Amino acid sequence: MASRPRTLYQKIWDDHVVETREDGTALVYIDRHLVHEVTSPQAFEALQLSGREVRRPELTLAVPDHNLPTTPRVGADGERLPIADPQSAAQLDALERNVRDFGIRYIDATAAEQGIVHVVGPEQGFSLPGSTIVCGDSHTACHGGLGALAFGIGTSEVEHVLATQTLLLQQSKTMEVRVEGVLGPGITAKDLILHIIGQIGAAGGTGHVIEYRGPVFEKMSVEERLTVCNMSIEAGARAGLIAPDETVFAYLQGRPMAPQGADWDAAVAYWRTLNTDPGATFDKSVTIDAADIAPTVTWGTSPEDVVPISGAVPSPDDFPHEAKQDAARKSLDYMALSPGTAMTDIPVENVFIGSCTNSRIEDLRSAARVLKGRTKAPSVRWAIVVPGSGLVKRQAEDEGLDEVFKQAGFEWREPGCSACLGMNPDKVPPGERCASTSNRNFVGRQGPGARTHLMSPAMAAAAAVAGHLVDVRELSE
Amino acid sequence: MRAVKEVAGRAIPFGAKNVDTDVIIPAKWLKTITRDGLGKGAFETIRQTPGNVFDDPQFTGAPILIAGDNFGCGSSREHAAWALLDLGIHAVIAPSFSDIFSGNAVKNGIVPVVLPQEAIERLMEVAGEGQEITVDLESQTVTTLYQDRFAFELDPFRRHCLMNGLDEVALTLERQDAIDRFETRRAGAQGWLATGTNI
Ligand code: SF4
Repeated sequence: MASRPRTLYQKIWDDHVVETREDGTALVYIDRHLVHEVTSPQAFEALQLSGREVRRPELTLAVPDHNLPTTPRVGADGERLPIADPQSAAQLDALERNVRDFGIRYIDATAAEQGIVHVVGPEQGFSLPGSTIVCGDSHTACHGGLGALAFGIGTSEVEHVLATQTLLLQQSKTMEVRVEGVLGPGITAKDLILHIIGQIGAAGGTGHVIEYRGPVFEKMSVEERLTVCNMSIEAGARAGLIAPDETVFAYLQGRPMAPQGADWDAAVAYWRTLNTDPGATFDKSVTIDAADIAPTVTWGTSPEDVVPISGAVPSPDDFPHEAKQDAARKSLDYMALSPGTAMTDIPVENVFIGSCTNSRIEDLRSAARVLKGRTKAPSVRWAIVVPGSGLVKRQAEDEGLDEVFKQAGFEWREPGCSACLGMNPDKVPPGERCASTSNRNFVGRQGPGARTHLMSPAMAAAAAVAGHLVDVRELSE
Repeated sequence: MRAVKEVAGRAIPFGAKNVDTDVIIPAKWLKTITRDGLGKGAFETIRQTPGNVFDDPQFTGAPILIAGDNFGCGSSREHAAWALLDLGIHAVIAPSFSDIFSGNAVKNGIVPVVLPQEAIERLMEVAGEGQEITVDLESQTVTTLYQDRFAFELDPFRRHCLMNGLDEVALTLERQDAIDRFETRRAGAQGWLATGTNI
């Protein structure tokens, strides 16, 4: 008898179940674990206190990113520059001590390969299709762009993975997000995912793993797929997946930690089986027409608060439910916006191009195309580009993109999370607005009192030039 | 971990929807390398508003928090659970929770109770009057002095861990043999996955 058709998620899940308990909880094997300085110290401390070992040190890769300053890390004589904030310095020291004590591969703050965990994993070929990938960071969903089952975990789970290389999990429900048709000219993966979150809502995917399906995703580069899957968590989903294909295999081949030789061939043969079988069913299904999507920006303090750039700030009364009306009123108050204001009339004083959502080479190219031969508006006080990794930075410099940014009035920084979460000194000042390519417009996310508008790299670059939110397609005319 | 069979006491009538973990504990508090003392930073932005519910003396030390939809969304930071614990909160009642937060809560002995919006509204009233609420894990109910009684579902494994104060790592370490067998099987079929960072 032929086996029952399965979704991509089901296939990866089945291949990782060590055993299932009577109550339905499964012990699931974890292939890849990424560690950074902020969510790991208490996990290592717990291991130390209980005298536990790391089961498979070679399956964990550590790199600092969250609170590292993005100013130069090495002085004129090649010496390592100290970190001014004592707490940040202590956290970095703790990570360095822990990786040494437990024998974990570490990418140092000054290494060319250093960067945001979710940029480094795919770039090094550490993240692989069909693998289970976890990290103490909710945007781990990102690696689903390679066809991996990747999700964020808390610190207790970090400890669990270090000690056992497994997690105790309940199987998630599945949700299909199918996009039909083609994206219009100038519409990016970021516009698409913001639009999708607007459609399904910030809690629409809770309890689910999303699989993104349709011709739009098949045509996407790996960088674009990572952008889409990255923000799955903003729709409440634990993970997002796109079936791996030749584009992914070509991207991974030859990367330092990717399989080689006969292993590579065996891996690709397996990866080719990773797609949803015809006839497999999802618990939920949403269909979106690509033709409907315009450059998309956020107006509020939840990633579901999206609107096309041609639109206006909504009124709380536009929403059907009282809870959302309340939330909208609070958002408008925090954002200092009044209903009916055209989005293009919103000024910005800050522009941030970076984060694990949009700091890869294609993102920087796309922003640089807009900025070439232009400069930021005088009213934009602070504009920075923070490449996702040292390798992205070097590649951009080889292409001369750094010069384009600097001539446009942007600062060109060292890699890290930076103003995405404002944990290091890169913060948006209270009461000011930021056109940001990151993934969260939460209250205070980019700094206390900061007002964030999420958008694509091209749109953020255009906002820098105009001094207000603007349709990048009009700027290029 | 401490075993939890029941959480009873006053409840903070918070009620907000989509409360993200940046609101529960802002990023600047994440620079710590311990789990303690995060209550100081809990709900910091909200507490800057005079008259906020968290600084209302009648709710100081209340062990239950009532919130709206999608509580704990956003960042995976377990600091959110540690911050609540430091405030003395041992149960959160909401119409829905983010997946990551509810996992983190349970691992720290905080009970995530899912109840429909109508029940939440009723409990908000009761909490607002300063009356006690009881969350009972044995019977899986939330009750009030006014004879309200709401049943809730909780994943059996999570309930078991909460009620017995079990440490998941210790439980899983007892299953080493099964993990060994899985790794051996895997080494044959998908050997390339075993290399990891060994290049
Ligand atoms: S860039 Fe932002 S979202 Fe991504 S890992 Fe860093 S802090 Fe998290």
